[in-house]
Amino acid sequence: MVSDSPRQRPLSPNIQLYRPQLTSVLSILNRLTGVLLSVAAIGLVIWLLAAAAGPQSYAAVRTALASWVGQVVLFGCTFAFFLHFLGGIRHLVWDTVHGFELRTIYLSGWTVVAASVVMTAVAWIARLYIEG
Amino acid sequence: MEREGMRTPLARAIGLGSAHNGVQHWWTQRLSAIALVPLTLWFVAAIIAHTGADYTTFIAWMRNPVTSILMTLLLIALFYHAALGLQVVVEDYVHSGAKFAAVIAVRLGCFALGAAGILATLRIALSS
Repeated sequence: MVSDSPRQRPLSPNIQLYRPQLTSVLSILNRLTGVLLSVAAIGLVIWLLAAAAGPQSYAAVRTALASWVGQVVLFGCTFAFFLHFLGGIRHLVWDTVHGFELRTIYLSGWTVVAASVVMTAVAWIARLYIEG
Repeated sequence: MEREGMRTPLARAIGLGSAHNGVQHWWTQRLSAIALVPLTLWFVAAIIAHTGADYTTFIAWMRNPVTSILMTLLLIALFYHAALGLQVVVEDYVHSGAKFAAVIAVRLGCFALGAAGILATLRIALSS
C-alpha cells in the first residue's frame, strides 16, 4: 500500500540529537541576533519619529526606555549587537579566505564570545558612569 | 571546460548565472556590512554619550550636520543590510506559498522603515 502522506524521513543533522558545537551555535546566533537587531531597528525608527513629532512623544519614548523593561531590552540589544558585529567581522575575514583551520576557527569563535561580553560590559559601565 | 561549453559566449561574459543575479546579493551584503562597522560604532558611542538627554539636548545634537548625515547613512546601510539578511532567512525557512509574500513584506517593510527614519532625521535637521 502506498500512503497518501509523504513519509517522515529523518533530517540530517537531526538537531535534537546533534551535539551543539561552538561553530554551529555561533552560526545560528549570528542569524538570530540579525533578526533581533532588525526588530530593534523598528524601535530606532519609532524613537526618531517621536523626536521629530515633538517634546511630548519624545518624553514618552524616553520614559519607556528608562523603565526596567526598557533597560533590560536595551541591554539585550547591546549584547546582540556586539555578537552580530564581531561575528560579522569574523565572516568578513573568512571572505578573504583566511582563518579556516579548525584551531583558528575555535580561537576566533571564543574571541567573539569573550569580546562581546567585554564590550557590552564596557558600554554599560560607560552608560552608568555618564548618567552619574 | 566541458561545463562552460553548454553556455553561450554572451552568458559567460556577463557571468550572472542561472538566477541572472550573479554575486550581487552576496556583494551588497558585504558592502553594507563594511559601511555599518564605523556607522554602528559611532551610533552606540553617541547613544551612550547622550544617556538620559532631554528633548532640547537631543534635538540640538540631531541638528548638527555631522549627526544628521551619519544618521541618514546609518539608516540606509542598516535597512539595506537588514532587508538582504532577512530575505535569506525567509528563503531558508519558509517553504510554503507564503515565501513569496514574506520576501515582499521584508523588502517593502525595510524600505518603508528606512524612509520613515530618514524623513524623521531630515525633519529634525531642517526644521527652523
